[in-house]
Amino acid sequence: MNTYRNLSIRQKQVVWAWGFLALPILFYVVIRFYPTANAIVLSFQSWNLLGPREWVGLENYEKLWNDPVFWKVFKNTFVYLILGTPISLVLSFVIAYHLDKTRLLHGTLRALYFLPFLTSTVAMAWVWRWFYQPVPIGLFNNFLASMGISQISFLNSTTNALPSILIPAIWAGLGFQIIIFMAGLRAIPTSYYEAARIDGVSSWTILSEITLPLLKPTIVFLVVFSSIGFLRIFDQVFNMTTNNPGGPLDSTKPLVLMIYQTAFSSFDMGYAAAQTVVLFAILLVVSLLQLRILRDKP
Amino acid sequence: MSDIRASSASLMQAPTAKGPRDPWSVLRWTLLAMGAIVMVMPIIYMLSASIKYPYEMYDLNIIPKEPTFENYTYVLSDGRFMRWFANSFLIATITTISAVFFDALVGYALCKFRFRGRTFVFIAILSTLMIPTEMLVIPWYLMSKSLGWLDSYWGIMFPGIMTAFGTFLMKQFFETVPDDFLEAARIDGLNEFQIWWFVALPLVTPALSALAIFIFLGNWTAFLWPLIVTNSQELYTLPVGLTTFSVEQTVEWELIMTGAALATIPTLIVFLVFQRYIIRGVAMAGLKG
Repeated sequence: MNTYRNLSIRQKQVVWAWGFLALPILFYVVIRFYPTANAIVLSFQSWNLLGPREWVGLENYEKLWNDPVFWKVFKNTFVYLILGTPISLVLSFVIAYHLDKTRLLHGTLRALYFLPFLTSTVAMAWVWRWFYQPVPIGLFNNFLASMGISQISFLNSTTNALPSILIPAIWAGLGFQIIIFMAGLRAIPTSYYEAARIDGVSSWTILSEITLPLLKPTIVFLVVFSSIGFLRIFDQVFNMTTNNPGGPLDSTKPLVLMIYQTAFSSFDMGYAAAQTVVLFAILLVVSLLQLRILRDKP
Repeated sequence: MSDIRASSASLMQAPTAKGPRDPWSVLRWTLLAMGAIVMVMPIIYMLSASIKYPYEMYDLNIIPKEPTFENYTYVLSDGRFMRWFANSFLIATITTISAVFFDALVGYALCKFRFRGRTFVFIAILSTLMIPTEMLVIPWYLMSKSLGWLDSYWGIMFPGIMTAFGTFLMKQFFETVPDDFLEAARIDGLNEFQIWWFVALPLVTPALSALAIFIFLGNWTAFLWPLIVTNSQELYTLPVGLTTFSVEQTVEWELIMTGAALATIPTLIVFLVFQRYIIRGVAMAGLKG
């Protein structure tokens, strides 16, 4: 205690700082960094949880490269991204832009748009799965039948299943993006708009010359954030295809589901670890590319 | 920093009149209102199905001719849903308290203390944001297996007791706390922990509640890790339990919808009560994240 008393204020602060950080540093080392290293090491090994861990070099990655299921899954993962991100961003911007100009029942409308974001993905996956069932069960097909339109096979078709799973994913995330867009819109000083109006600029020009450029930080954030979300899609797919996860014929299977099955159904831990390393690389490359492209634009 | 607070706070007011009345405003409002109704339709149909008898389950009408609570009594009868609900609530609450506490502690230390290695620690913690959970679940599983954490509350909770996102968020918010306040408290004889707890924390309560809402929601709906780490039904969280329950029911959709409704209704009630805080909190956490 005496040694502590003799310290200067600055030195005391150093002691306190490491005191504050001791437990958290232990946490980040043991629960974040060590597992990351472990996953990378494991990706060069072969292990079925029972036998010994054996070094196999790049064998897991070679196996992945030659696995036709992986390439199908790789494509699916990017289809989720390439359809999901633009559709959800355009929709949420259009809604936020107009909602920002609406006064009547503004709070109520905003709450209704936001509500799906708070629901549990698992619960909503089952709701949508019910909607998608064939007649006489599914809501959509019952509706089509009552209009005299022919049936659509949603989750049983290799072409329709992926978009059918994507729709609830977009729906659930829309509320969050709308709120972020609205906060971004409010951050633009009204004086800009007033000046533009005095100059008699059309609302299209205001949108493209003032609103969108000033909204760029918000747009960059949402593009990266929602892309990561779509690349990691799992809950919806797993719950909407429980009878044949990722089916029909792997047409909806994303990378995370493949990882889950390799690790916890086939117990091929090394192979699954290699897949997680690939997922990590994909996320890193996509985020960095997006940041680069979007920031470079004038 | 201050403009983010201002803009997330200004979200709470309806927009003020901007110039002449827009002739398209009626059309705009109608389309927006229709869109809003479409957005909540799945939730409405879920609730409606949960109070229907099987015979009218597949009709398109929303208000049942003969409403019933039999589905609820049936689903709740074996007590599993209550258990899963309690598990989820307990896990999300403890994780939230822990994460908010530690994230604020670390964020404060990295913001207000000057010491060698500060930047290194900050960048190290920030870099963990790049690591996807999916990459960690296999090592976490192996770790839990060898330490006996599988199928336990601690096993479900341990990955989330601190978050890099929250640390970053709190560090940003502590920048707004003037150093003079902390210095004055130091002269008054408070130690550094007391300064953090009694002086700095009360000044960032909006950020704390925003972070708490975000972390609670994340843990309440978490699926992948609880699915992997739990084996016995007594330890399932609500999402994992709901998956199991729904798979069991196969074709009894009114029961599945009742289960889904039970998982959704509590969040809906909380949202209706704290709507303003939740939307503002999500905007604040999202904008800084």
